[in-house]
Amino acid sequence: MAARKEFLPMTHYLDFEKPLAEIEGKAEELRALARQNEGMDVEKEARGLDKKAHDILRDLYKNLDPWRKAQVARHPGRPHCRDYIAELFTEWTPLAGDRAFAEDDAVMGGLARLDGRPVVVIGHEKGHDTATRIARNFGMARPEGYRKAVRLMSLASRFRLPVVTLVDTPGAYPGKGAEERGQSEAIARATQKCLQIGVPLVSVVIGEGGSGGAVAFATADRVAMLEHSIYSVISPEGCASILWKDAERTRDAAQALRLTAQDLLKLKVIDRIIDEPLGGAHRDPRAAMRAVGSAVGDALAELEAEKPGALVRKRREKFLRMGETALPA
Amino acid sequence: MNWITNYVRPRINSLFTRREVPENLWTKCDECGTMLFHRELRENLNVCTSCDHHMQISPRLRFEALFDNGAYAEIDVPAPVQDPLHFRDQKPYPQRLRTAQKATGEKEAMLVAEGEIGRTPVVAAAQDFSFMAGSMGMYVGNAIIAAAERAVASRRPLILFSAAGGARMQEGILSLMQMPRTTVAIEMLREARLPYIVVLTHPTTGGVTASYAMLGDIQIAEPGALICFAGPRVIEQTIREKLPEGFQRAEYLLEHGMLDRVTDRRRMRDELIVILRILQHMPPAVKGELPPPAEGPEAAPQPDAAAKKVAAQESGA
Repeated sequence: MAARKEFLPMTHYLDFEKPLAEIEGKAEELRALARQNEGMDVEKEARGLDKKAHDILRDLYKNLDPWRKAQVARHPGRPHCRDYIAELFTEWTPLAGDRAFAEDDAVMGGLARLDGRPVVVIGHEKGHDTATRIARNFGMARPEGYRKAVRLMSLASRFRLPVVTLVDTPGAYPGKGAEERGQSEAIARATQKCLQIGVPLVSVVIGEGGSGGAVAFATADRVAMLEHSIYSVISPEGCASILWKDAERTRDAAQALRLTAQDLLKLKVIDRIIDEPLGGAHRDPRAAMRAVGSAVGDALAELEAEKPGALVRKRREKFLRMGETALPA
Repeated sequence: MNWITNYVRPRINSLFTRREVPENLWTKCDECGTMLFHRELRENLNVCTSCDHHMQISPRLRFEALFDNGAYAEIDVPAPVQDPLHFRDQKPYPQRLRTAQKATGEKEAMLVAEGEIGRTPVVAAAQDFSFMAGSMGMYVGNAIIAAAERAVASRRPLILFSAAGGARMQEGILSLMQMPRTTVAIEMLREARLPYIVVLTHPTTGGVTASYAMLGDIQIAEPGALICFAGPRVIEQTIREKLPEGFQRAEYLLEHGMLDRVTDRRRMRDELIVILRILQHMPPAVKGELPPPAEGPEAAPQPDAAAKKVAAQESGA
């Protein structure tokens, strides 16, 4: 079983990728057959299938509708914060705790270097298998996560280190203890801290930008989104059940919410879209992560010369201006 | 005297008046069920005279009771781009807006005003839950920014009465962006060292609590108000357990260290005056009615002097 999984190109296909799964599966089977029977030449046929798969993939991803984008943004094979840290940063030194109650594993934070440049990194981590997903609480931070972020942003500000945040959360955790310990206040303070620090703050939505839990990290000088990531005030599921009174209307809700990177760029809510490899970041995680790394590097270089006061002023003005641009009818 | 005056007009009149009379004269307390006489309830600031349950109160009624002699000047709020996303769920968003405007007689979900309370100049903003659940969209964001700018320009503190279901979904990401936008407004007050007092009223939830409503220098709530980030239903669905009695109510938050005070609406004004005057190094306010002139000339100068001192401080501040 495990051995079979290893040579399958991917273990997880999204519903809309079914036609693709069939063709890729066939190509793989053919090659497996050839490996078992010496002298059998299938390469030509298999290549034909590869080409077909490639065309299907290109067509599928050319015009992903918002609901499909939401699914891609949540793809389990999509690189997560932990992967980015391993791929892009050196001397990663995690720092833990909010100094008040606990450490929150849904938020990674610490010191590192990006291309040699010292930075503070903060990001949501969803986990990659059942055990780590539970440990990371599926990337849903509790108040301690936001308070840790506030603490690290203050540290960054004091030592003049730029802050890089990686946003990937379904939202802040809706739990009893989280509420008792002031979930809303913790988020509000994190957003406030983002607006106060006199060092460059660069944010990338790498998967899901879920509501207030995302804003708390993404009130930044530069906000970029990966091509198929989403950023929204509410999940399509939540919106469908509230406004349509029908949890099945997620496609309509996703459409109406305008949660794609492309729409958000038009609304000037984000500054940049980072292209993903064909078929989404999960098809070539390393390429996706490198693209993010270079976009963050660009943004940091741009902001490097800014004085602390100017950074804060421009960041505030940027958010005050938001909403002046509407989408074309 | 014809068919129109004798038949049609009374019919039309009866259509318009029939419903209004009973509903306007009596209100049923949604807590204890007591029928409350409309005028009496209004005089009691929409607090049940029998069980002290705090019902919704419109921003206008609240301001009338809050400001000295009920006098306040409304502050203009810049109109945002309407329906920037062309949002449509079961109804188009502009239609929902118009319905809310008709039902409330208000432009949007927040009213901003300036005036004096206990002779203390203030700017006040109140969220209107009856307008699309008080939801925070670009207008509410603009209102808070306008209130903060006015407060900074006139060196007045800001009192904000919150009441909202959260962000306005129909404005999508732009409603979410009101979290940082309103936080910028609060930063302006903080930097100008002006008091920012939040009075949380029932209910205040979602993105509103996760931004300006939790960033006050002083956090006061009305009794029984539901104050939370995630609502009780969402939490019950997530953790699949029953929540304790009074969970996320004002008193519960006070116990958990999330609020400074829980204060009865009928005492709120006095308390705000005390707090604002202490924070701004002003002399205590004169309580109650000014002494009648018949009491003799020696009693009269005192309040005058106090008032002058206040005026001097204001101009010097």
